[in-house]
Amino acid sequence: MTLWLTLAVNSIAFGGLLFLLSAGFSLIFGLMRIPNLMHGSFFMLGAYFGVTLLAVGANFWVAALASAVGMAIVGGGIERLLLRRLAGQELAQVLLTLGLSFIVSDLCLMIWTGDPWQPLAPAELRGIVQAGGMIFPLYRLAVVVIAVVVAVALWLMVDWTRLGAMIRAGVDDAPIARVVGIRVSRLFTLVFALGAALAGFAGVIGAPILSVYPGLDADMLPLALIVVILGGTGSLLGALVGSFLIGFLYNFGQARFPDLAYVILFLPMLLVLVLRPQGLFGKSGA
Amino acid sequence: MSAPGMTGVTVPRAAAVGIALVGLATVPLWVGNSYYVDVASQILLFAVFALALNVLVGYGGLVSLGHAGLFAVSGYTAGLMLQAGHGHAAADLAAVLVTLAASAVFAVLALRSTGIGFLMITLALGQILWGIAYRWADLTNGDNGVNISTRPAPFGISLADAPSFYYATLAVFFLALATMAAFVRSPFGASLRGTRDQARRMTALGYNVWLIRFLAFLFSGFWSGIAGLLYVYNKQFISPQVAALQSSAEVLLMVISGGTATLLGPIAGAAIVVIMKYVVSAYVVRWNLVLGVIFVAIISFMPEGLVPGSVRLWRRLRAPRPAGKPGAPP
Repeated sequence: MTLWLTLAVNSIAFGGLLFLLSAGFSLIFGLMRIPNLMHGSFFMLGAYFGVTLLAVGANFWVAALASAVGMAIVGGGIERLLLRRLAGQELAQVLLTLGLSFIVSDLCLMIWTGDPWQPLAPAELRGIVQAGGMIFPLYRLAVVVIAVVVAVALWLMVDWTRLGAMIRAGVDDAPIARVVGIRVSRLFTLVFALGAALAGFAGVIGAPILSVYPGLDADMLPLALIVVILGGTGSLLGALVGSFLIGFLYNFGQARFPDLAYVILFLPMLLVLVLRPQGLFGKSGA
Repeated sequence: MSAPGMTGVTVPRAAAVGIALVGLATVPLWVGNSYYVDVASQILLFAVFALALNVLVGYGGLVSLGHAGLFAVSGYTAGLMLQAGHGHAAADLAAVLVTLAASAVFAVLALRSTGIGFLMITLALGQILWGIAYRWADLTNGDNGVNISTRPAPFGISLADAPSFYYATLAVFFLALATMAAFVRSPFGASLRGTRDQARRMTALGYNVWLIRFLAFLFSGFWSGIAGLLYVYNKQFISPQVAALQSSAEVLLMVISGGTATLLGPIAGAAIVVIMKYVVSAYVVRWNLVLGVIFVAIISFMPEGLVPGSVRLWRRLRAPRPAGKPGAPP
């Protein structure tokens, strides 16, 4: 019973991390029509940035935010300088992000070596919470809270601000959005930078749980991919539901059927693809 | 693409083909060192793999990022059958059948979509196969991979040494090339190109676009499986790395760097990538970095690939320059 509960808490915390990762992935996909195959690289690069800052004595939250800003600059730069040149050639853009992901993973291996880094959680969150005879690690609960706060903030931005309205217009119909005077190409840069920032932030937040190691990018990217296929591209609600679903499947799969964890993870995705190709919360025809 | 030389084979063209054939046939003689003969075998087997992927990428317009999974399924099936004590004939037959079955599953799922959707689904399916190779240790021996002790001896000819294996690979390579050439010129090849360029018109003309793509996927999967078999026999070892996304990206790089929808392109691409991989690995350990940089550079600056790019350059050099403007850029 305790084992199940621990697993459930871990699953929810992991789902929160996945949401931070895949919310940006989903928005980028929805707006630019490309899966950003270097999204896992932003996660890993952000995590390495963060642990380096922590190693020189930075505050945990400062490191996480600095990492987010750093990734926003890297992501925005890549969109401006490389992806922009291939505007309209979606396939070339996808392959470009794939090539960049190889470069990033090898550079990280070069700079931060192959040894894993696992920073401690911030001091104020290292404790545990006891409730009803159960023990919950405080940090994992904090991760869930952070994810929920970010989810609400993103929702407010997308649904209630002018910028959000422009993004939604771009997701729904980019050519028409252009016609009515929205500078969609600027939105591209902005959303790409935002997605990269969220991924980098998630990387630092996740570091005390997952640690940071070579191959973290390749572990996270497929998860973001599944979440977005499950939830539907461009849908924040879909990303949220998909993240927690995959969080549970991943943790319970790892614990119960370690051999087939990967198969279990991808099965719901295949089911959704066959039964509802636009994703659980995606708009039809997307 | 227009096909120059299909009616009148020019003398330089025939000479080039002749030189290439003689060169390929005599590799073990002038290379000498059996290590490099093995590298030559690998170029050929990856050329078969790249030609197979090119059926989808070049002629079908369907970019798969999961083909390394099919390649690995074949190699693993043969390796595990051999480990279980079955003979080469049974292992090879099983490898081809299992790969065809896996290709059919891939095709049914991935062909619900085209373009980016197709790419993502094949990527996910490839990751599943990688996950099985890596995680299902009871079946696949996990990260330790599968060793096989012997190479087959078709018609009683041992393939144990590097030159004889090279010639066997060369024979398969020519067979693959011949089927590809026949495929490209066949009505089926034309209809596949039709589904790439004008899927809706093809449907309107009464073609079953889905079925054409499905059969093309099986054709591609078949040759990917054959290449996977050659690989496992060449290395006598297979590990999950073979099924990884990097491997799918490598073979895709072979296709697009050489030039999609050409016969020569994927072969040149395979040679470039394999040689570069060996050369780079000999001096630095940063193969992934180099792979990424080449990928990005080719996509950004020479998207049509090296072979069509060079052909274009060659034609421009040989074309009579307009008088008065020597060397003017187009």
